[in-house]
Amino acid sequence: MASRKSALPATTLLGEGLLNFFQWMGDTSWSTGLHESRYAYDFIESVHVWTLCLFFGLTVMFDLRLLGWVMREVPVSEVARRFLPWTILGFVIMAISGAILFSAIPLRSYQSVFFRAKMLMLVLAGVNVLIFHSGVYRRVEKWDLATVPPRSARVAGALSLALWIGIVLAGRMIAYNWFDCDRQPQPAIVNFLTSCAPNQPGWGER
Amino acid sequence: MSLLAFFQWCEQSHVGDVIRRSPWLFPAIEAIHLLGLGFIGGAVLLVDLRLMGWGLRRQPVAQLSRDAQPWLIGSLFVMIVTGGLLFLSEAIKCYYHGAFWFKMASLLLAIVFTFTIQRKVIMADETRVSPRWSKVVAVVSVLLWSGVGIGGRWIGFS
Repeated sequence: MASRKSALPATTLLGEGLLNFFQWMGDTSWSTGLHESRYAYDFIESVHVWTLCLFFGLTVMFDLRLLGWVMREVPVSEVARRFLPWTILGFVIMAISGAILFSAIPLRSYQSVFFRAKMLMLVLAGVNVLIFHSGVYRRVEKWDLATVPPRSARVAGALSLALWIGIVLAGRMIAYNWFDCDRQPQPAIVNFLTSCAPNQPGWGER
Repeated sequence: MSLLAFFQWCEQSHVGDVIRRSPWLFPAIEAIHLLGLGFIGGAVLLVDLRLMGWGLRRQPVAQLSRDAQPWLIGSLFVMIVTGGLLFLSEAIKCYYHGAFWFKMASLLLAIVFTFTIQRKVIMADETRVSPRWSKVVAVVSVLLWSGVGIGGRWIGFS
């Protein structure tokens, strides 16, 4: 048995390790307590939704400024500077409350196709920010007052807008179990995307 | 027609029935409703942070409010349409859910407050409005809109 396992590719071993880890996490008293609590889970989720307004709302307003669709008379750098502390605060609260929500239902979330899409889009949104800040934003003094910023800034704004909208939509859909591992049969592509082995131990119990 | 009868009529409407029968219509409408919330949040906070003396402090508050206005009204419109559809699919549940009534009361107050008292403060000459009064107005606005959002979230919790 052990020799057969070692013959598996490293990615499969990693996948199995993560699966076991999240299964273990779901069995901790912290996780079950949160999952079964009367109000704690709902409260954290409300915080997550409220902070969405702070983080998503202001991020979107900045993206719209980059597109030249709002606050066209306000310097771009001023919007960036004044909003940044709030979006950072919002992001930190989102990440913490999101991590707590994940920890309440870790295995199912890890295997959710929507959760995976959300994480992928989060990484892409982060890359977009890095490219924007190390690229066109370094020369912001040249276009700070432009009612419609240069093309590469507009592209960054549009990408950010699309990604964050996608993240919110995917996040909302995590609640639905259409593609869950414990609902078989699923098309092979779904089981591939959720790294679900229909015979994995414990899936029938959830 | 009593209020309950009206809610029953909504629940039995054709639109409500179509949404209830579909496995994905409710989630899809709800997702758009949530996006609308995010946009309203941005438009409201843009103005309220400024009134609190944070955010875009160097910009005139009246100008910021004018900038935010189309986004506020546009997303409010999307919210009311999608919210109405969601309501039609589960009107009876809403009738008996405290969070629904809390949300509707908050929504009514938030809209009235935003377009009367807050509007007056925003459009007034800034030198004549005390910073403390501006802050109070902003805090009330954030609290009322938060009531709408949190109340809405709690309709989904049983």
